[in-house]
Amino acid sequence: MNNIFVYCEIEDGQVAEVSLELLTKGRSLANELKCKLEAIAIGHKLDGVEKQVMPYGVDTLYLADDKRLYPYQTLPHTSIVVKLFEEQKPQIAFMGASSIGRDLGPRVSSALHSGLTADCTSLLIGDHYDKKADKKYENLLYQIRPAFGGNIIATIINPDCRPQMATVREGVMKKEILDPKYKGKVVNLDVSKYVSDSDFVVEIIERHMEKSKLNIKGAPIIVAGGYGVGSKENFRLLNELAEVLGGEVGASRAAVDAGYVEHERQIGQTGLTVRPKLYIACGISGQIQHRAGMEQSAQIIAINTDPEAPINSIADYVITGDIADIIPKMIKYYKKNTK
Amino acid sequence: MKGYKIIVLAKQVPDTRNVGKDAMKADGTVNRAALPAIFNPEDLNALEQALRIKDQYPGTTVQILTMGPGRAADIIREGLFRGADGGILLTDRAFAGSDTLATSYAIGQALKKIGDVDMIIAGRQAIDGDTAQVGPQVAEKLSMLQVTYVEEVKELKKDTIVLKRRLDRGVETVKCKLPLVITVNGTAPECRARNAKLLMTFKRAKTVTELQKENEDYTTLYNDRPELNIPEWTVNDIETDASQLGLSGSPTKVKSIENVVLQAKDSKIISSADADIESMMLELLESHTIG
Repeated sequence: MNNIFVYCEIEDGQVAEVSLELLTKGRSLANELKCKLEAIAIGHKLDGVEKQVMPYGVDTLYLADDKRLYPYQTLPHTSIVVKLFEEQKPQIAFMGASSIGRDLGPRVSSALHSGLTADCTSLLIGDHYDKKADKKYENLLYQIRPAFGGNIIATIINPDCRPQMATVREGVMKKEILDPKYKGKVVNLDVSKYVSDSDFVVEIIERHMEKSKLNIKGAPIIVAGGYGVGSKENFRLLNELAEVLGGEVGASRAAVDAGYVEHERQIGQTGLTVRPKLYIACGISGQIQHRAGMEQSAQIIAINTDPEAPINSIADYVITGDIADIIPKMIKYYKKNTK
Repeated sequence: MKGYKIIVLAKQVPDTRNVGKDAMKADGTVNRAALPAIFNPEDLNALEQALRIKDQYPGTTVQILTMGPGRAADIIREGLFRGADGGILLTDRAFAGSDTLATSYAIGQALKKIGDVDMIIAGRQAIDGDTAQVGPQVAEKLSMLQVTYVEEVKELKKDTIVLKRRLDRGVETVKCKLPLVITVNGTAPECRARNAKLLMTFKRAKTVTELQKENEDYTTLYNDRPELNIPEWTVNDIETDASQLGLSGSPTKVKSIENVVLQAKDSKIISSADADIESMMLELLESHTIG
C-alpha cells in the first residue's frame, strides 16, 4: 500500500534501460517518502528478471509469467497492471515513455481515473496548498515537463487521484545500482486471476525488433543540426564534420519535421537525451525541449546566424555565422593540427 | 457491402513547430496570437488512412470529431475539403481546462452517442502536448481494443484488419477484429491535398454559431443544403457526469508554470575568421575534447 511502482519493460528477457533508470529514480523517491519500491514485470520466461532489478533496490517484484504475455500486448498487460494497482494501491507509478509505456500508461490511467503526465524531465516530491479548497497536500509528486513550444516549464500534480502516474523517456534519468546484494521479495502472480481470454484478441503476425544501428547516445562527439541548416544537402556538411571528428550526427525536432534528417537522430524531450564530451549545435535556436536532451553535454559549441539564439546562453563557444563557411574551416584546422 | 463507419479524431493546435521570435511577448509569456492554428499533423495522417479505406470500400463514411472552441470548425471544413463526409464540433465552456483524461471522457461520451462505429482513427499525438494519451484513454473509456503507432493498413476484410505498427525499435504487424481505435504515426503517408470541387462545395459549411455571427439565415440554407451544416454539440447534447468534465474532472492540475529563464554560461564569443576557428580547434584538442 502507498508504495512506488515501476512497470518494467522486457525485451528478450532483458529489462529495458528506461525501466532500470526509473527504478533508480523510484528508489530515491521511496527513501524520501519512507515507502517501498515495487516493480512489475509481465512476459514469459522471466527467471532472470529478479537478478537484473534487485540491485536497484526493489523491495517487491511482481512477476506475471505466461507464454501469451510476450511480446507486449495492450489488453492483457493493462488488465494485469490495473488489477494489481487496485489491490496494491500505489501512490506513484512510473512507466517508460516508450512505444510500450505510451500505449499502456494512458489505458491504465483511464481505467483507474488517475492522472498521467507524459515525458517528464524531472520528478520531485513537494507540498501543495489549494487556496480555493483551503486544503493542504503533503508529499505530492511534482511531474515537471516543458510545455507549449518549450517556452514554459510546467509542474503538474495529481492532488486527489492515485496512483500519480508519469512516463519518462530513456536516458533522462540516471541509472545507478544501489546495492548489488539487495534482496527484495518476489511474488509470482496467478496470471489466470488477472487476465481473461477476451484480452487476447490481437494476433501478432510478424515482429522485427532491431537494436538501433545508430549509437548517438554513446557518441563522445555529436554534431547536431536544426532548422537553420536549411536543407538535406546542407546536412552533408554536418556528416563530414562528424566523420572527421569521430562523432555522430543528431538533429533538433524542427530539422526532423522539415525532413532534413531521419527521426532516429532527434535529440530533445521527445527524442534522445545525450551527454557527449562535445556537442556542436548548428543552426539550432535552442528551444527548451531540445536543450532538455543535450544541456548536460560537457562542452557546447553553438553555430548560428542569429547572435541572440537562446542556445548561445548555454554554449561554451558561440560562433555567429554561416555553417557553410564555418564547418569547412573547422575540418581544415582540425586536420592541420592533428597531422 | 455497406462500407465502414469511421470517425477521425482531430484536434486544432497552435503550430509550435516553427516558433519564431515573436512567439514570446516582452514579459516572457507565450504570444498565442502569433502562432497559427492548424490541423494537428498526425491527425491528417489519420484522416488519410480513413479516406483510403473509403476509396476502397464504397459506402464507407468518414466523420471528423473534434473538441475545441468555435474556431475549431476550421478543421472540420479542412477535412471536408479533403474528402470527409461530415464532422461534429464538440464545444462547450464546460470542457475548458480539460486534461487528457477529461478530454477522453467527453470524446468517449460523444462517440457513444454517435454509436455503432467500426473504426475510430486518430493521430498518435498532438504537437501542442505530445502526450499520445487521448487515443488510448478513449479506447479504454469505450472498452475497445486499440492499436497504436500504425503506419499502414495492410489488409481489411469484413471485420478483420491487419495493421503495421512502427515502434521505437522495430515494426510489428498485427491482426485483429473491428471495432477498434487506431492511432496513426507521422511516418504514415501524408494526407491528400484539398480537392477543388470539394472546396467549392463545402466552403460555406458552417456551424450555427458561425452563421449567426454573420447574420445569415441558416434555417433556409440548412434546409436547402443540409450537408453544409456542421453540427455543434454542447454538454447538453451528450450524456455526461459533470464531475468528470473540464478542470474539475481532470486529475492532473498545473501547479505552476515558469517561463524559461536562461542561465547564461561564460561563453566565448568568437568570429568566423580563420584565426578564431583555429584557436578554438586547438583548445579543444589540448583539452582532449576532440582528437
